[in-house]
Amino acid sequence: MSSVDFTWLIGGPQGSGVESGANIFSRVCAEMGYQVFGKREFYSNIKGEHSYFTLRISDQKIHSTVNDVNLMVSFDAETIFRHFDEVISGGGIIYDSDLEKIKTDDVNTLDDPFKNRLHKDLESKNKPFTIAGILEIAKEKGVLLFPVSFKSILASLAEETENPRLKGLVRMYNVIGVSLSLGLLKMSPDFLHKTIDIIFSKKPAIAEINQQAANYSYNYATAKFESFNYLLPGTEKEPGTLLVQGHMGTALGKMACGCRFQPYYPITPASDESVYLETNELLEIIDDRPGSTVVIQTEDEICSMGMAIGGALTGTRSATCTSGPGFALMTEMLGWAGINEVPIVITNYQRSGPSTGLPTRHGQDDLLFSVFAGHGDFPKIVYASGDIEESFYDTGNCFNYADIFQVPVIHMMDKFLASSVITCKRFDTQKISIDRGKLLEKVSDGYRRFEFTDDGISPRSRLGIDNGIFWNTGDESDETGHISEDPIMRVKMMDKRMSRLDLILKKIPDSEQVVSFGIEDYTIISWGSAKGPIIDALKMLKKEGISIGYIQLKLLHPFPTDYVNFLLKDAKTIIDIEANYSAQLGKLFKQNIARDIDYYVLKYTGRVMTSTEIYDSLKKIIQNKANKREVLMHGA
Amino acid sequence: MALKLADFRTDVHNDWCAGCGDFGIVNAIQMALAEMGVQRDKTVMFSGIGCSGKTSHFINTYGVHTLHGRVLTFAQGAKIANPEMTVIAVGGDGDGLGIGAGHFVAAGRRNVDMTYIIFDNGVYGLTKGQASPTLRLGEQTKSLPSPNTNYNVNPIGLAVASGFTFVARGYSYDVRHLKDLIIQAVKHKGLSFLDVLQPCPTYNDINTRDWYAGTDLVDEAQKRHSRIYKLEERGFDPVVHFDSEVEINEKLSQSLIKSLEWGNKIPIGVFYKNDTISPYHVRLQDKIPNYLENSPAQQNISKNGRSNTDISKILDSLQV
Repeated sequence: MSSVDFTWLIGGPQGSGVESGANIFSRVCAEMGYQVFGKREFYSNIKGEHSYFTLRISDQKIHSTVNDVNLMVSFDAETIFRHFDEVISGGGIIYDSDLEKIKTDDVNTLDDPFKNRLHKDLESKNKPFTIAGILEIAKEKGVLLFPVSFKSILASLAEETENPRLKGLVRMYNVIGVSLSLGLLKMSPDFLHKTIDIIFSKKPAIAEINQQAANYSYNYATAKFESFNYLLPGTEKEPGTLLVQGHMGTALGKMACGCRFQPYYPITPASDESVYLETNELLEIIDDRPGSTVVIQTEDEICSMGMAIGGALTGTRSATCTSGPGFALMTEMLGWAGINEVPIVITNYQRSGPSTGLPTRHGQDDLLFSVFAGHGDFPKIVYASGDIEESFYDTGNCFNYADIFQVPVIHMMDKFLASSVITCKRFDTQKISIDRGKLLEKVSDGYRRFEFTDDGISPRSRLGIDNGIFWNTGDESDETGHISEDPIMRVKMMDKRMSRLDLILKKIPDSEQVVSFGIEDYTIISWGSAKGPIIDALKMLKKEGISIGYIQLKLLHPFPTDYVNFLLKDAKTIIDIEANYSAQLGKLFKQNIARDIDYYVLKYTGRVMTSTEIYDSLKKIIQNKANKREVLMHGA
Repeated sequence: MALKLADFRTDVHNDWCAGCGDFGIVNAIQMALAEMGVQRDKTVMFSGIGCSGKTSHFINTYGVHTLHGRVLTFAQGAKIANPEMTVIAVGGDGDGLGIGAGHFVAAGRRNVDMTYIIFDNGVYGLTKGQASPTLRLGEQTKSLPSPNTNYNVNPIGLAVASGFTFVARGYSYDVRHLKDLIIQAVKHKGLSFLDVLQPCPTYNDINTRDWYAGTDLVDEAQKRHSRIYKLEERGFDPVVHFDSEVEINEKLSQSLIKSLEWGNKIPIGVFYKNDTISPYHVRLQDKIPNYLENSPAQQNISKNGRSNTDISKILDSLQV
């Protein structure tokens, strides 16, 4: 049996149900045993602007999307204008035949830069600026067209079910589009119906009309559409498979590892995590009374951070979750947490900067900002997860690091991870160990919070325990925590705090610092969400007999200089891959390691990397045809 | 064994200027804590930045000296995570009503059960006397190069408008009265606010101790009278007696009007007290029934070094 690797794309105006359509399709695929990797792209807008969802489906484990689209379903004109050229020869487009006369100028959400590029393309091919013109190009390329009048489907459906209300219900277009796709691909109608029931379980009336529409459209496709090159009959389901969205990894990790307090301020793409935590605020605890996560929406990110620190001082595992602009506001407090040795976790879902930048788009933009965040010298940890599954377990580790080393931990996530939908192995809570470090439950007389100790870490009291009184201050202090401007005390305190950076490198296991996927002549260094596209690209190259090494840096501050040096000793050519303009990891690397980087593969369009792009650029590098700096551009 | 006043003092050297109004406030806080018989290790003082920020170092309870303008954020976080603590936050008027004004307003909306005391002297003392938000328009304290160009914030008015449920004003040289106000504020179930008028002998040469004492005011009988008077001595009733919009609005507007008095007559005492608004922990209890019995700080999060949280139902719902 040849392996399945199929990509489906659905698009439409924001608010038109693209997302729930995508959810239904993803779930059906997962129920049929496939591995899926989906990504959401959307504007900073509530309703009307173009959004789309790409779902890659395979019978193998996949970690990214690819450039090629095999089947596109659209119920608006804009999706066709923007994505027609992604559909490959032999692929198909299911579209609303009532749209054929629409001109580019009729779609007011098509921005000028894009429209001008499109017009040039159409002009060069001598085609009119209409959907019909676009579809001609697709057809000439070998794309199969599946025109359907969505309006007549609704009308026939209304007649058949004797429910005239259905006739004008354009909100059903998403379910129609999804069901037409499933019918064309001869996928299981049973799973379609099961999924609709699950997704609309709280709204039985809506579930029912969706079922009717799904049924009708599915049958329409099987009866009316000509045969298609691709079929998705299903495959053996791996037991214990989850279908999860990006923000769930860190949220579930926080529940499991005992984070019980999370103040936050709304910001894309971070707030979904906090909302999910609050939605699941009541927790079941094994052999104990119920627990809870107190989630507070604050007035700004400064308050989120201040409250999280206040919570941490009570011994509660406390965190906040934000993105670049919010993290920028938190940096004064980060220093306060640093000088007062307060363990907190800041989950940082990066997006494209600077300033508000591309508010809903991807970027690994804040590595250097996070490493250097805050004025003055203080120890902190910057730790990056490479995928959603990892982020669950890493969250547990981040809280342990915070407690053991008594430092703020910045857990780097990003929009790519936040907006992905994946299948993965069920998370195993029993793998989450909990180490509170030197947190005290009982304190004896004469306690001093910042007592000098052999390892530079003082036993930590918490607000409210007997004899545990301590003082904190953002000023330099003595061992009791009272202000001290004594020069000798200053040096001792600074040395005590900063010695922790070495301790962190010594105590965190190598395998948690850097993950090596093999070292070859050509070896990639990268961090965070670039992992998925890299792994898939390396697999593609391997099939051609090309082996490229890859190390994923997870601990980015303090920088694991010795270990990275050791790993790379046999690598001849180093390639840095990351999603930002200035190659921030590359800069950090060169700051710590006396070695040059040979190639940079960077992307800063705000769109996520595909494995196709990484594959292409690696190929160019190996063939000695690449520029030192390769910039990736794929994605609408 | 009952704690004495001395038990609430630390031996940290106090470096405030001689004659500073802050001394009276710290004494009043210590007296109030001793009189209430609070447990030192169940009490925490949070402070902001500036001269008043040092307060937490002088009081022998847990003490957290935070950042400029941010004291309420830390304090609320600690109180929400551990509702067993008695939490008092202090800071200057620049701290709370300038850089921290946003947090002041938001804190009012939350009504967390704790106390906030502003040391209100009209100047930024520790940075050498710039105008603070409570200094009046056109006034020129001694280190200002030119008269103040900003209108003043009305701390009492802002507090009642923001939802604080106990709002009072004290005077740092009437320590006993201030101590009584602090006790009422701490005992109030909700967010209490105390605006404490406090002369800065070094930089505010307008609102001085003599000025408050009214040494420049002489009545017909050639008798001096203080500018400060006590609301409770004039039959002012600040309490919202029942939960009705009319009653609340009346008491709220009355306090607002009263707060505008300034100049030759300056009221101190309780301006507003409303027990009909739910404190934050009650709002949390509505969502999390055992919040107070098993608060974030009390929760046991591990068993034999492993997670004890059972998320299997959530995982089941995600499983395909």
